[in-house]
Amino acid sequence: MSVPLLQAEDVLVQFPAPGQAPIRAVDRVSFSVAANETFGVIGESGSGKSTLGRALVCLNRPDAGRILHDGADPFALTGRAFRAHRRNYQIIFQDPNAALNPRMTILDSVCEPLEILGEATAAARRDRARAMMDRVGLSGSYAGRYPHELSGGQKQRVNIARALTVRPKLMVCDEVVAALDVSIQAEVLNLLAELQGEFGLTFVFITHDLGVVSHVSDRIAVMYLGKIVELGPAARVRHAPLHPYTEALLSAEPSALPAAMRTRERIVLHGEIPSPADPPSGCRFRTRCRFAEPRCAVDAPAFREVQPGHFAACHFVDQLTLQGPAS
Amino acid sequence: MASDTSKQQGRPGPEMGHRPPLLSVRELGVALQTRGGNLQLTQNISFEVGAGERVGIVGESGCGKTVTGLALLRLLPARSMQVSGKILLDGTDLLRLPGRQMRAIRGRQVAMIFQEPMSALDPVFTIGQQIGEAIRAHFPVGAREARERAVDVLDRVGIPLPQRRHDEYPHQLSGGMRQRAMIAIALACQPRLLIADEPTTALDVTIQAQIIELLVKLSSEAGTALLFITHDLGVVAETCERVLTMYAGQVVEDAPVEDVLVRPRHPYTSALMRSLPNLSVPKSVLPSIPGRVPNALAMPAGCRFAPRCAHARPACGRAQDALPVGADHRVRCARFDELELPGTAA
Repeated sequence: MSVPLLQAEDVLVQFPAPGQAPIRAVDRVSFSVAANETFGVIGESGSGKSTLGRALVCLNRPDAGRILHDGADPFALTGRAFRAHRRNYQIIFQDPNAALNPRMTILDSVCEPLEILGEATAAARRDRARAMMDRVGLSGSYAGRYPHELSGGQKQRVNIARALTVRPKLMVCDEVVAALDVSIQAEVLNLLAELQGEFGLTFVFITHDLGVVSHVSDRIAVMYLGKIVELGPAARVRHAPLHPYTEALLSAEPSALPAAMRTRERIVLHGEIPSPADPPSGCRFRTRCRFAEPRCAVDAPAFREVQPGHFAACHFVDQLTLQGPAS
Repeated sequence: MASDTSKQQGRPGPEMGHRPPLLSVRELGVALQTRGGNLQLTQNISFEVGAGERVGIVGESGCGKTVTGLALLRLLPARSMQVSGKILLDGTDLLRLPGRQMRAIRGRQVAMIFQEPMSALDPVFTIGQQIGEAIRAHFPVGAREARERAVDVLDRVGIPLPQRRHDEYPHQLSGGMRQRAMIAIALACQPRLLIADEPTTALDVTIQAQIIELLVKLSSEAGTALLFITHDLGVVAETCERVLTMYAGQVVEDAPVEDVLVRPRHPYTSALMRSLPNLSVPKSVLPSIPGRVPNALAMPAGCRFAPRCAHARPACGRAQDALPVGADHRVRCARFDELELPGTAA
């Protein structure tokens, strides 16, 4: 089998916390992403999904474990070689506003990555930027405008265009549609799907929205307090989850179906996600899990392959009967 | 609850006729005064909320749902915003009330909670002081009694250790707990109507489920009517009995939730439902709505959705009134009867 485009091996990212042990935002996470795949990462605030996304594109250096791009460790590269390598791994952020410099025109923003890479002549860079803007659905009339003149959806298109001008292999999309209205969200998701086919892109799609993640992903990883608790093919995770947290997450999703079609019983989790500064012992989900037993407080469950390609970290994974989504 | 009984009979009957609604909004419009003249943000908004009824307002950013919520409580700046029409609470027009009488209604009869609890709570007062302030503004009670009531309402909204939380500051609470505290302040005076503007949007989905469960429980226990403003159709489906869909400053559809999910009568309502990613086949192209919401400066003369509507006909160029579909369903579409539009169930 060929080398995966992206591999995370036992990745640990921690942040110093004054007067206490460092916070393990991403705690020993492993997975791989194949070329042209869309790998979804879902989790609630504080689950470590954004930190993971940043680490995948070298914005956070793992404190232990390795990130491999095309089988090689990018952190082994230095200086120019490191910068030249990073162009292949881009990230788009949630807030389209914060990602754009308010004092730069749209065209300048889209040109900037090429400028930093020192590619081609200024005129050729502008041509490429204009072509990419055109491709993402922004007409030439936007080139001289400033971010405040654009709507949220248009700004997110600008961010997609500027990430694409350098022709990356992989794009991490961190909550890219979370700030958009549903109809605009649908357009941006459609655009990303088109671009994936056209440019042979690989996506890591980070979101808190189950509807979005199961629509776009081939495989889904579910994160809770820095750990991946379940990973598997999108349809399996959505319709036959193995981990009680995934089950609860699916059940909590508000469903726009008529009452008669909402068949499953809703599981409302009690309590809130514990502080990552002081995670529960053993299984991290045990404080909110409806199946928790004494053993869960003692042993951390192993993350293992329960069915081919479908992994979960739960002691009772073989004994539980979990329900699928509420709809 | 009137609406509950009628639901059991299968059809929300004409009980509105002999029982006046709690809130009746008639031809409400909000205009922003600018140097270049008045900019009409919302227009001809008419709807009713029965006692204890839960009504949702859905729509995308800029459709006027928040402005409508604020207008109901007269919270818009009078200098720059002009509110027209009637807001009848038990038959009394709130827009005609002097300031002092309006203050007696705010918080006591009609309360409101907002999307971002951290910016709605005052960071320098304890949660208890902020609940107490609301109670003492409306009831002649002393500090001790106010404290007892505050602790009691904190307990009712599911805040653990209410005695202790009473004396804590907003920053000491998590996002979900802050939203519960907001709800506690709003419900402390047992209002008859609670306006909730995107109360779960900033919350994680598991916490959102808790808050929805809480709002529905409190509203049915105390008979508090709920006007739930949100962009999320799923939240409306799980919370409300009736839903108003807003587009470009107008209510385009007003219907029982169950009816509209099965068969929306307005093309915009249907398009909004069809663009939800969790209802479509994974990896398929999501149906989206072509074009953009019209600018308030250049509203189409006829149906405001017509320029983006797949079903538009020349006749749609004429201004569109709300038409009755049945006893309890109204829609602003000339073609509602001939169109078979898909809902979420399709």
